[in-house]
Amino acid sequence: MTAHEPAAVHAEGIVKRYGPTVALDGARLTVRPAEAHALVGRNGAGKSTLVSVLTGLTRPDAGRVTFAGRPAPRWGDPAAWQRTVACVHQKSMTVPGLTVAENLFLGRLPGGRTLRWGALRARAGELLAEYGVTVDPGARIRELGVEQRQFVEIARALSQGARLIVLDEPTARLDAAGIDRLFGKLRALRDQGVAFLFISHHLTEVYELCDTVTVLRDARPVLTAPVPDLPRNELVAAMTGEEPGAARRPRPAARTTGAPVLRTEGLALHGRFGPLDLTVRAGEVVGLAGATASGTTAIGETLAGLRAPDAGRISVRGRPVRTGSVPHALAAGIGYVPEDRHREGLVPGRSVAENATLTVADQLGPLGTVLPSRTRAFARRMISELDIRTTGPGQPVSGLSGGNQQKVVIARALARRPAVLVAVRPTNGVDVRSKEALLGVVRQVADGGSGALIVSDELDDLRVCDRVLAVFHGRVTAHFPRGWRDHDLVAAMEGLAGDRTDEWPAGDGTDERPAGHGADDPHGTEGTAP
Amino acid sequence: MTGTASPPATDLGAATPRARRRPRIDPARWRDLSLVPVILVLGVIGFIVSPAFLTQDNLIGVVQQSTELGLLVLGEALVLISGRMDLSLESTIGLAPVVALWLVMPAHGGRFAGLALFPAWTAIPLCLAVGAAVGATNGLLILGLRVNGFIATLGMLTMLRGLQVGLSEGQSIGNVPESFAYLGKADWLGVPAAVWICLALFALGGAALGYLRHGRALYAIGGNPEAARAAGIRVDRLTWAVLTLAGVLAAFAGILYTGHYGAVSASQGNGWIFQVFAAAVIGGISLKGGHGTLFGALTGVLTLQLVINVMTLGGVPPLWTQFLNGAIIIVALVISRFTSGEKQD
Repeated sequence: MTAHEPAAVHAEGIVKRYGPTVALDGARLTVRPAEAHALVGRNGAGKSTLVSVLTGLTRPDAGRVTFAGRPAPRWGDPAAWQRTVACVHQKSMTVPGLTVAENLFLGRLPGGRTLRWGALRARAGELLAEYGVTVDPGARIRELGVEQRQFVEIARALSQGARLIVLDEPTARLDAAGIDRLFGKLRALRDQGVAFLFISHHLTEVYELCDTVTVLRDARPVLTAPVPDLPRNELVAAMTGEEPGAARRPRPAARTTGAPVLRTEGLALHGRFGPLDLTVRAGEVVGLAGATASGTTAIGETLAGLRAPDAGRISVRGRPVRTGSVPHALAAGIGYVPEDRHREGLVPGRSVAENATLTVADQLGPLGTVLPSRTRAFARRMISELDIRTTGPGQPVSGLSGGNQQKVVIARALARRPAVLVAVRPTNGVDVRSKEALLGVVRQVADGGSGALIVSDELDDLRVCDRVLAVFHGRVTAHFPRGWRDHDLVAAMEGLAGDRTDEWPAGDGTDERPAGHGADDPHGTEGTAP
Repeated sequence: MTGTASPPATDLGAATPRARRRPRIDPARWRDLSLVPVILVLGVIGFIVSPAFLTQDNLIGVVQQSTELGLLVLGEALVLISGRMDLSLESTIGLAPVVALWLVMPAHGGRFAGLALFPAWTAIPLCLAVGAAVGATNGLLILGLRVNGFIATLGMLTMLRGLQVGLSEGQSIGNVPESFAYLGKADWLGVPAAVWICLALFALGGAALGYLRHGRALYAIGGNPEAARAAGIRVDRLTWAVLTLAGVLAAFAGILYTGHYGAVSASQGNGWIFQVFAAAVIGGISLKGGHGTLFGALTGVLTLQLVINVMTLGGVPPLWTQFLNGAIIIVALVISRFTSGEKQD
């Protein structure tokens, strides 16, 4: 850092209230030029509000923001804000039907009234090359991947003169290789003097990319520190407000597991995943680890009946399940937590009670009726069992926080007391504390005599599992008993399973070795055929 | 949390007291009643405008005229709650009676030459079957072929209207069989039978939406079809059933209308779909699906009909009624948006 150079952005004393809710209470933040600054905090800590204040979308009730020593642009002058600071949202702010070149110059197309396409493309090409982005300027945005869209957005922001870029969970929809490329690009830009404000739920990414971190908790800044000197548990403690170390309890090493509750034989879906033999036993939590495009989500959806497999069988507690039908899967005892609670999990306008009882509507009254009293009673039981924070069963789910919404989705999956719970990325987009609560629920389900299958690429999710199968390109490539090392599992998810030397040879799926947690528990063949 | 500037929601770890407060009165319950004051105000205005307003004949007339529109709104409300639209209802109300009469009326003697394929008493079942067939066809287009529902049913609207004109040769059909006309013109306990039937159907529908598994499922389907599917609800099958039911209700409205006026006019139902949507939305049914109640829809119908009645009694020049009709729908829409406190989208 250079002391004489003004900060890329300096905010202090930011206060923002929404009615009785205080969203920000004296927030301060300083991002120096050429610094990657992480902003972390649990859901509702005020990160989003601070970002919208810094990008000119929200007017603070009090406080001062300066960019490079100059006061912030007037509120309500979007062009001036765009020249100062740019925000790459989770949701792309590009126009999908237009070309890359048009998007780069959106709202400021060069030339007079007529558009010279050749010149526009040439200028766009130069601009992209300047920032080292290899995208065809003539391509339409909708033909690009998430990562390339983000590059286009970043290039657009930089070309408008912004020297500060806010990245709001940019990695949420990228796989590991994409994240690597994004981070490479961000580091290169940082070396050119661009500052970043990086918002993420993934602390690993914070450690990988960022120089400094600011933690918000309950609308106030509680910590700003250089990242390399900050132990991870202290960072988590700052976010949660708890003593470090309290978070992780040691788990009993070995568990007795019972009869198989879920078994698949040769389950396959063309183009998604290969023949899969999988067994989940009563009392165990099995992890299915795979990157975004590995086909693990499709496996979960197939088990839940949302997709019909091309081949193979599913059986629950020894009884075959008709594939490709959600009602049959539910009746057989497969509870399902979908990947995206907004898309497939919740009916936003309806109440907690209605959402939690969607799968058990046939048990709430005689002759196809649904009695409101029974619905409420059922919902109350779920609310207390899962500790859902809500004003009551009648509250619309859209009013709950992310973690509590996810609990409602899990309540829906557990409502039928399933033999096996299939949870796809169950902690997607929830904060640290909610994560633990949700994973604790999954663990309890298994302890209660059911089985659980967690489909995820998050190491925190997989850590509660008794054993983990790594999936790469639709095939199980490796088995890990409890106690795996992060590096090994990540490598296996990225298709680098061959690196491992301390385990038995990288699974080609035909290996007959028990994959679980003790030699006394033979699992038979499990994996995918080559 | 994403880039929205929403206030932070109460969080898992937040220090909210776990104490359960007594549940306050749920504002959602009052939303259904948001048009009741409007109806009362209209009543007062009607009373001031004309002494004829508060007479039994006039009020019964208003309610009777509400029945046909009401049945269409009932069907449309169910479709809208499931997150779909059906514009063709306004053609079904005319087409279904015409087809039924065409199949049963004698080939000679009357002005309108039928086929006399079936005995006269089958007119009502045939009419309902035509409605069901139209609804099922809509379902085939929307759910089977996955074409855009708005345009598909708009095409059906035009096509069915044309079919009706073709079959009836553009003329009104009189001398309808007695059985067919009975429900539309009979009085039960001094009130038109149509009113009783309409009320009963609304009550039945309301109870089904509130207390039946498949009825509750419609809200989930309209609110988020993907979530409904993941929860084991047979989304397509239920939506299909609702579209068919809406067609049957429209055909039934056609029976009442035909009985009421003693003939099927060539323009029966023409242009009604606008009022159907207006009544539904004023009554609190969301065009995006998943919201609204049948009671609300019913108050929407009554509001529109009262406005028309009060205007007629007030002596508004007939040439201006169309203008006022549109203006009043917009005003009613704005009023209901603020009395319910919800954005209508």
